[in-house]
Amino acid sequence: MSILAILVVFLPFLGFLLAGSLGEKLGDQFSQGITCGLMGLSTIFAGYLFLQLGLHEETLLVPLFTWIHVEFFEVSWQLQLDSLSYVMMAVVTLVSWIVHIYSIGYMKGDPGFPRFMAYLSLFTFFMLMLVTASNLLQMFFGWEGVGLCSYLLIGYWYDRDSANAAAIKAFLVNRVGDVGFILGVLTLFVIFGTLDFTAIFELVDAHQNDTFTFLNGQYHALTLASFLFFIGAMGKSAQIGLHTWLPDAMEAPTPVSALIHAATMVTAGVFLIVRISPILEYAPLAREFITLIGAATALMAATIACVQNDIKRIIAYSTCSQLGYMFMAAGLSGYSAAMFHLTTHAFFKALLFLGAGSVIHAMSDEYNIQKMGGIWKYVPVTYVVMWIGSLALAGIPFFAGFYSKDMIMEVDWVSYLPVGKVAFAIGFAAAILTAFYSWRLLILTFNGTPRADEAVMGHIHEAPLIMLFPLVLLAMGSLFSGSLLYELFVGEETPFWGSAIFVLPEDDVITAAHHVYNWVHWSPTVAALLGIGIAYLLYMYQSSWPEKLSTTFKGIYTFLWNKWYFDALYQWLFVDPSFKLGKFLWEEGDQEAIDGLGPDGLAALSVASGGLLCRLQTGYVYHYAFGMIIGLVLMIGWYFWV
Amino acid sequence: MATLPLLSMTLFLPLLGALAISLNWGNGDVAKANNARWVALWTTLVTLGLAVILWVNFNPVSPGFQFEDKFEWMPLLNIGYHVGVDGISLPLVLLSATLMPICILTSWASIQVRVAEYMIAFLVLETMLLGMFAALDFVLFYVFFEGVLIPMFLIIGIWGGPNRVYAAFKFFLYTLLGSVLSLLAILYIYFEVGGSDIPLALTTPFDPKVQTWLWVAFFASFAVKIPMWPLHTWLPDAHVEAPTAGSVILAGVLLKMGGYGFIRFSLPMFPEASSYFTPMIFTLSIIAIIYASLVALAQTDMKKLIAYSSVAHMGFVTLGIFTVDAQGVQGAVTQMVSHGLISAALFLCVGVVYDRIHSREIADYGGLVHRMPRYAAVFLFFILASVGLPGTSGFVGEFLVLLGAYQVSTWATTLATSGMVLGAAYALWLYRRVIFGVLVKPNLKSISDLHWREKIIFAPLVAGVLIFGIYPMPLLTMMETSVANVIDQYNLALESDAGGAIDPKKSLEIALHPASLKISYFWIATPPLGARKDAPSRVFARSVSAEAIQTSFVKEIRHD
Repeated sequence: MSILAILVVFLPFLGFLLAGSLGEKLGDQFSQGITCGLMGLSTIFAGYLFLQLGLHEETLLVPLFTWIHVEFFEVSWQLQLDSLSYVMMAVVTLVSWIVHIYSIGYMKGDPGFPRFMAYLSLFTFFMLMLVTASNLLQMFFGWEGVGLCSYLLIGYWYDRDSANAAAIKAFLVNRVGDVGFILGVLTLFVIFGTLDFTAIFELVDAHQNDTFTFLNGQYHALTLASFLFFIGAMGKSAQIGLHTWLPDAMEAPTPVSALIHAATMVTAGVFLIVRISPILEYAPLAREFITLIGAATALMAATIACVQNDIKRIIAYSTCSQLGYMFMAAGLSGYSAAMFHLTTHAFFKALLFLGAGSVIHAMSDEYNIQKMGGIWKYVPVTYVVMWIGSLALAGIPFFAGFYSKDMIMEVDWVSYLPVGKVAFAIGFAAAILTAFYSWRLLILTFNGTPRADEAVMGHIHEAPLIMLFPLVLLAMGSLFSGSLLYELFVGEETPFWGSAIFVLPEDDVITAAHHVYNWVHWSPTVAALLGIGIAYLLYMYQSSWPEKLSTTFKGIYTFLWNKWYFDALYQWLFVDPSFKLGKFLWEEGDQEAIDGLGPDGLAALSVASGGLLCRLQTGYVYHYAFGMIIGLVLMIGWYFWV
Repeated sequence: MATLPLLSMTLFLPLLGALAISLNWGNGDVAKANNARWVALWTTLVTLGLAVILWVNFNPVSPGFQFEDKFEWMPLLNIGYHVGVDGISLPLVLLSATLMPICILTSWASIQVRVAEYMIAFLVLETMLLGMFAALDFVLFYVFFEGVLIPMFLIIGIWGGPNRVYAAFKFFLYTLLGSVLSLLAILYIYFEVGGSDIPLALTTPFDPKVQTWLWVAFFASFAVKIPMWPLHTWLPDAHVEAPTAGSVILAGVLLKMGGYGFIRFSLPMFPEASSYFTPMIFTLSIIAIIYASLVALAQTDMKKLIAYSSVAHMGFVTLGIFTVDAQGVQGAVTQMVSHGLISAALFLCVGVVYDRIHSREIADYGGLVHRMPRYAAVFLFFILASVGLPGTSGFVGEFLVLLGAYQVSTWATTLATSGMVLGAAYALWLYRRVIFGVLVKPNLKSISDLHWREKIIFAPLVAGVLIFGIYPMPLLTMMETSVANVIDQYNLALESDAGGAIDPKKSLEIALHPASLKISYFWIATPPLGARKDAPSRVFARSVSAEAIQTSFVKEIRHD
């Protein structure tokens, strides 16, 4: 079993090495064969581990070797597999494999094809390292690694300035979050003297009342650590404030958006929060904060998605919003509900992205949904799977999203934390918006009269089989993953999570969530139907109304259109001042002040004083004789004086 | 093995090579130049081999110095030839010996004038550097320490760029200023200890009153070398004008002389003073990290940008050293080795395109990935290592320093982590402008990718950065005992100094509080003679005026 776990993690890395080093020479066929083949093996093994060990609540520890050992600080390379890891491994490898296959069709003929496949495999490797880490530092290795791959893939088309800018932005915004992560790691080490998950979780109980002095303030240690880790999670999972990189990340090729910016990497923050559940359980203040941030993100992103026109950006904001839902649940101790939504979301959001990719492919690289319309007859399969994805996203009964979103709303409702009801209300509002923007997208893209020019319309064609097959697979996932996994993940008294998730008895919201009023249970469905209705009204039957609305509420519309002005604010607050300050410190600080007073000043001084002294050397004997006499007088005078 | 003076052989082999080159054999200029190159390469390679033998035979758990060679030199004055290495100097010896063959190889084609002299300068430099790290006698140390300046001055001044004379003099003046002060301190120590043996001086306790002055004198010398803000302005100029190999050795090894000095001398000999000055060091380190990163962001010259990034990275080193805990100090040494590899590689990366286009201006490049995919990959690797991505050696050093610092001051650590963001900003921004984008500049259209010699140069650096990133244990075990010794000695001294001169932890938290930053700044501007009411500074309150020091000096000299 250990060897299988190692293979699951390292086969993608092998794929990266082979495709990266030999891909240029041996060609596209080789690259796609080797990466997809190894990825497929990895997926099969991961599935096997999930079925053989995961379903029987067995954990597995695979020690490799010591990483860093200084005095009593020790971390090792070690794979730790428990229910959380099995689930994540299965999801990551499966979606990654599907995306690998889709990419064969989507990226066909791209000059950098081997590099693209290599990056995808490398990403998968880092993501697997992240989810199988046995300690926080190893997790950080994966955490930074996926960030690197995200950077490389966003900037994949490196000729585009916008892609390069987006890549750097993604890396830097994530780094801001990483500062939180690293400080959290340091704090936990100071409290517990170890970074191993198992060891920390055993000691949590004993340290629950510790305090920690941080920046001159004294805080509850576990709350402080939770806050710091959540800053890291906010960066990676694009929560409000640190979310600005995600929409820009849509510069990446669409398969990347599906894999990294929807199904896997962006959920790493949620995974982190769920992973440290034993700490969070003793930090209710931090959990309330997480819930509020999640709710705020869910609403903010959903409002922005309602007015955007770029098909991928709409889905990106939707991802942002759904991640907010996951945090809402995790913050209220519904960790398994968060994991459940993470899993179903991986399927339907990857489906929506790949479906969008198929549309873009068909429309000759058109991204603007205002220039689409009336194409459903030409791309029937894509149309159907986009419907399935949207139904799942909106939470229409018996599609995957219905079960998980429903669970989150119920958790919101039953939580005794005061923010629970706030989260419920916001979750309801965001659910309406979710359905609205999803159907706005569907209607504008597929229905109505064609708005593209004839050249584009003439070229419209359904995607090749190699792209349709992954779409169908994901559609199956979007249809059935919810109902299949419901009992296992969030069933009453499910033993599945074992020791991987820790919930204090008084926080057991999952059990309570099974006993709510019927109207709570059906509220997400009502919200979804409401949103769909409004979308049909505005875009199908009264298509002049959106225009009117945007002029009537011009203030709100511009605010949303400009994405709540986050980008402008950050540009004004951080980016410009940094460059200006750097230039100022260089020119005024280094060149003027330090060099001016230091070496250059001294040099000038010695030249000047040398020039003065030079004048004494006149060459006239009587000048020198006069000088000698004065000197003599002074010496004698001083002698007598003393 | 025990019978061979292995360490001395390692030290003086390069000098022997230099002698061989100076014999100037061969028919015609071309043959002479080629002979010089080959002799230099083989000499440095054999030296590296010897250094590796040292490493293999090094016993990491033994507390003292190893491979000691001791001869009488000036017996009447009690000055001797004494060399030896421990776990702190050996990594730096290995680093120097590794970078030297790389320097020779990278100069192979790019240096075409005065080749023999150039190679001699590098070989002499190697002896000086290795001797500096291995010297166990103050006079010997000072000779090597200053001796480094001469070949370096020549390398910049003769084979440098257009503004080389200004840079060479600036470099020389800065470092000389510090050296003069440290010479005074060495003289004092010599009279106090009654000899110039370093191991002896390391175990001699110094009066805390005097320690402060000695510490400051050494600080002047080491802080210039590292360099710490605000003594760093020689570095960008020196780098910009130096030939590629000069930059490599400057960034790779010369900057480590300061950090080495702090660990070897300041901490064990002047524990009270070190503890007293820790807040100032922390403040300067953090200024260095943030200031230099911001300045790097504004650079238009590739070499200057990397030079400023060195200042920022060295800020982590000084921060780590003065945490005086195992993680911090081991992290600092790891960071030194790691930075030695990474910054050397980054300067080599600049050198690769400079050899082809003869420009260091970032604006003259763009879109290189189209013509130089391999170069782009190598450059990216080192950019990421410089950013401190986990899995590279840069991360291990930086993280250990942060871990050490966090246990002493959360302020310092939190501020230092801003370097993580700013470091990524200037590094990726540089990479984006040079490598990515459309290739439009006509002179770049025919630029060629890495050739075989360049690949050979980069291979060991890539390997080193990766190995120490994933499995740094060989390095960490090597230094473990020696670092523990330094720390124990330091703590013991502070404890025995009952009622302690100062409470370092408390004054740290105070000093790094924003309200005190002003005061800290005042410290930088003026010597901390006045007592502050919020931070205990009895060391100074007790004594120390210039007069007192002068008289004690005179007394000592007469006494002898």
